Amino acid sequence: MRTFSKLAFAAVLIAFVGPAFAQGTGAASITVEQPYARATPAGAKTGAVYMTIDNKSGTADRLTGALSDVADKLQIHEMKVENGVMQMREIPGGLPIPANGSVVLKPGSYHVMLIGLKKPLTAGEKFPLTLTFEKAGNIAVTVPVQAMGATQDKGGINSMGGMQDGKSGGGMGHMEMK
Amino acid sequence: MPARQWMLPAFAGLFSCAVFALGIVYIVSFSRGAPTITTQIGGAFSLVDDTGATVTEKTLAGKPYTMYFGYTFCPDVCPTTLLDLSRWIQKLGPDADKLNYVFVTVDPERDTVQSLHDYLSSFDKRIRGYTGTAAEIAQIAKEYRVYYKKVPTEGGGYTMDHSAIIYLMGSDGKFVTVIPYQEDDASALAKLRNVASLTPTS
Repeated sequence: MRTFSKLAFAAVLIAFVGPAFAQGTGAASITVEQPYARATPAGAKTGAVYMTIDNKSGTADRLTGALSDVADKLQIHEMKVENGVMQMREIPGGLPIPANGSVVLKPGSYHVMLIGLKKPLTAGEKFPLTLTFEKAGNIAVTVPVQAMGATQDKGGINSMGGMQDGKSGGGMGHMEMK
Repeated sequence: MPARQWMLPAFAGLFSCAVFALGIVYIVSFSRGAPTITTQIGGAFSLVDDTGATVTEKTLAGKPYTMYFGYTFCPDVCPTTLLDLSRWIQKLGPDADKLNYVFVTVDPERDTVQSLHDYLSSFDKRIRGYTGTAAEIAQIAKEYRVYYKKVPTEGGGYTMDHSAIIYLMGSDGKFVTVIPYQEDDASALAKLRNVASLTPTS
């Protein structure tokens, strides 16, 4: 009985306190989930940050900018490959986040581009990033650096370094083993 | 307007694809009856590799090769493609050495011999980087039917739009096939093995 009540107390505690630890929660009803960056090749001057942005309010918002110490400049970009041609553009006016909706920033699509990296991003590191929303204001997140080919799916971040078959070890690690 | 911003590259992309498709149709339709027609993709070039050595089409003669055009300031497609290629090279096992692998920059202004060399050290060491003058890069891009365009960004920088396909070329420098962006492993490996098997037997 005592054990049960302790467990129940813990469950209640987690239910209330848990969300406070969730990344980026706090400002209005915009939530930033699973931010991550990919490790960059040696000497690379650019990188990209990916994440899922949730908007639980009935008002549309807009991601208008980002700041971080790791790069000289950050821009909100859209990338697409059309007819075999890769095109990348800054999104004029920022990335719209629909009311009661979410937007996924992912490889091959929207991303926060890091321009003028001060040093390459290395898997395992973390860096702070402040996102600016038109209505929700500033949201600070911590961005973990994943393997170079990391992707994100429903099950979380796949840091297998783009190993689509998931068998041959992880990304950069296995490249360096040669 | 955002839509307008995409329009020109979209048309240009469409155009380059049409040219590319026509090239393939041309090769296919003439390859049977008229052996004198030469391939429409590929050709002579003179560039410098990431060790500083001069390279020409003759450097690659005798082995099939893959050729990919990109640039090191590319945050997404280029590292992804080079990582894919590195994984395929490793999976090819002993067959991997039957091919050469080339990454040609479409941004010679920023991609120097040294920066290409540093960049490629993050991938399979068999991938070589080629750079050159703006004119030399324009020449090889034309021969390989590669589309690329400098796009200025706010604040004085720029990005490059570019074709994101890997060319597979025979040991005679003639076009064999392409691996499009994000091809699955099985299909890409089958194409690479097929090209590797075209090596003139010793």
